[in-house]
Amino acid sequence: MDEVKIRIENLYKIFGPRAQSVLAQVQQGMSKQELLEKHNHVLGLKDINVAVTPREISVIMGLSGSGKSTLIRHVNRLIEPTSGRIVVDGQDVLTMTKEELIDFRRHKVSMVFQRFGLHVHKTVAENAAYGLAIQGTPIRQAKERSRKWLERVGLSGFEDHYPSQLSGGMQQRVGLARALATDAEILLMDEPFSALDPLIRTDMQDVLLGLQEELHKTIVFITHDLDEALRLGDRIAILRDGAVIQQGDPQEIILHPADDYIFDFIKDINRSRVIEAKSVMTPGASVDGPELPHDLVLEEALQVVSASKRKMANVVDADGTAVGSIELQQIIDAVARPAEDSDEDPTYR
Amino acid sequence: MDFLTEFPGMERQALRDLKKAIDGGFRDFSREFGEALENFFEPLLWFLVWFEKLLRATPWPLIILVIALFAWLGSRSKAVVAGSVLSFLAIGYFGMWNDTMSTLAIISVATLLCITVGIPFGVLMARSDRTQTAITPILDIMQTIPAFVYLIPVVMLLGIGKVPGLIAVCIYAIPPIVRLTNLGIRLVEKEALEAADAFGADYRQKLFGVQIPLALPNIFAGVNQTIMMALSMVVIASMIGVAGLGVPVLRSISNQYLALGLMNGLAIVALAIIFDRVSQRFGERLQRHRKGIDHG
Repeated sequence: MDEVKIRIENLYKIFGPRAQSVLAQVQQGMSKQELLEKHNHVLGLKDINVAVTPREISVIMGLSGSGKSTLIRHVNRLIEPTSGRIVVDGQDVLTMTKEELIDFRRHKVSMVFQRFGLHVHKTVAENAAYGLAIQGTPIRQAKERSRKWLERVGLSGFEDHYPSQLSGGMQQRVGLARALATDAEILLMDEPFSALDPLIRTDMQDVLLGLQEELHKTIVFITHDLDEALRLGDRIAILRDGAVIQQGDPQEIILHPADDYIFDFIKDINRSRVIEAKSVMTPGASVDGPELPHDLVLEEALQVVSASKRKMANVVDADGTAVGSIELQQIIDAVARPAEDSDEDPTYR
Repeated sequence: MDFLTEFPGMERQALRDLKKAIDGGFRDFSREFGEALENFFEPLLWFLVWFEKLLRATPWPLIILVIALFAWLGSRSKAVVAGSVLSFLAIGYFGMWNDTMSTLAIISVATLLCITVGIPFGVLMARSDRTQTAITPILDIMQTIPAFVYLIPVVMLLGIGKVPGLIAVCIYAIPPIVRLTNLGIRLVEKEALEAADAFGADYRQKLFGVQIPLALPNIFAGVNQTIMMALSMVVIASMIGVAGLGVPVLRSISNQYLALGLMNGLAIVALAIIFDRVSQRFGERLQRHRKGIDHG
């Protein structure tokens, strides 16, 4: 957890012709509304501090207008910040020269777009090989490597089609293959599945999770969909009005929402399928009961406990060592939708 | 009351002096640089003369074959090919073959010149709003100023002949290709360009890999317009010594030869239609990737 791949520090983005001159006022706490009324500038991002851990999927979630797409474009500097630092692998992206930045984009980081961003005048194969072609990889080699990735995302046989001949889901597979083909360590995904039908979206999430199990890329994933965030995210940051209002692992966010806004967000999700045994257990002594893996979701924990006819269970970690115990009542309390006044809910500690 | 009925204009003497000064200045300029300019355009003249001679010396069946081939490659349409061949047969039958070859030569060279100069200017114009605001009024002037007005300085500088004619044609015909190249590049989807940026494409890679290919349909519409406008200048160009279909038209105006004017005029129309159909079909075929199956 201490390792950091991408560190974003005190990032501000103000849209408008005199951004620098109004920055100080924003840093002193001028609100988005006030900024718009007084100076006609739009506050995009406000004091963002995010640390992205390597080899994990970090989800940035927020509704439209929260600044999430703006934020992700700062990582590869498609958008210039008004102030702040973006450090990738110890190197400050903002101090890079034009050539260094181009090199950084060609080799270190690739991107998948909400509306695919494919080049309609190129075939599927040419699109998938685009990043490699830009790098200057010899054509034969680029073709071979992109073909491999097209196969990996399930698009064999479509190499000579044009993007407009494919469905949305298939087009995004091309986008994914294009991003993976450059072997960049960092993958930026800007609402990649938002434009897809729900069923295809789930499909694509599976594709991504399957690939990630094998590739262990550092993925920054933008979404407005909480279910998607919980499904994919190793860590989640929630963005509202250009500011991060909570970040942590999904368990933490569900069990300890930072404010009413997040509480409203999470109240309708199926808690029993998200919360894991380790998040609810009491650490310490083992009890008389069945063993539950620590990352078992409560829905399944309930089945195990109820099948065992006991009222308690042990929680064991990946090595099988007992790390704590859990009572049936604790599970039920955690699954129950909390009351509106969340502070007094017994599970919130 | 004189003040209201007579415009308080410049004094006559002063105005005359001003005009004289401009005329004199330009005359000096053309004496100074006329020859240098002529030398500069020498290769162009040489190419134009060579191309015209080539067209006129080539046996007519071969020309018709080449026309048919060009029409087929461009349009892939049997109707267009048949129309082109019939038009050229008719032109030859009515005794306009040589003039048509001359016109074909100057139109081809003018179009080539416009493309090679116009596309880079269009690209430049698309690069920033400032260049666009700078170039747009110049294009407006080139398109609206009466051709006779710029014929004067061109003739003063280069005399009467093919090159001044070519330049006059190009001044009139180049704006559409510049404008439509600019427009086409500006209309390229933001997403396509952002993706290129995200993968680290540099300016050249973006221009030649994304912007120009995606702008091609518009650029082709510009080429088409440029050809059309060049053809419409044929008669005016003939006034300053360009051979071709314009010469008999001019003669028929001064002598009231209705049939002669009509025939040569129709020959120009035939050329225009052939060029237009072929280049339009070609432009359409460039967009075949857009005709996808709509998956909804």
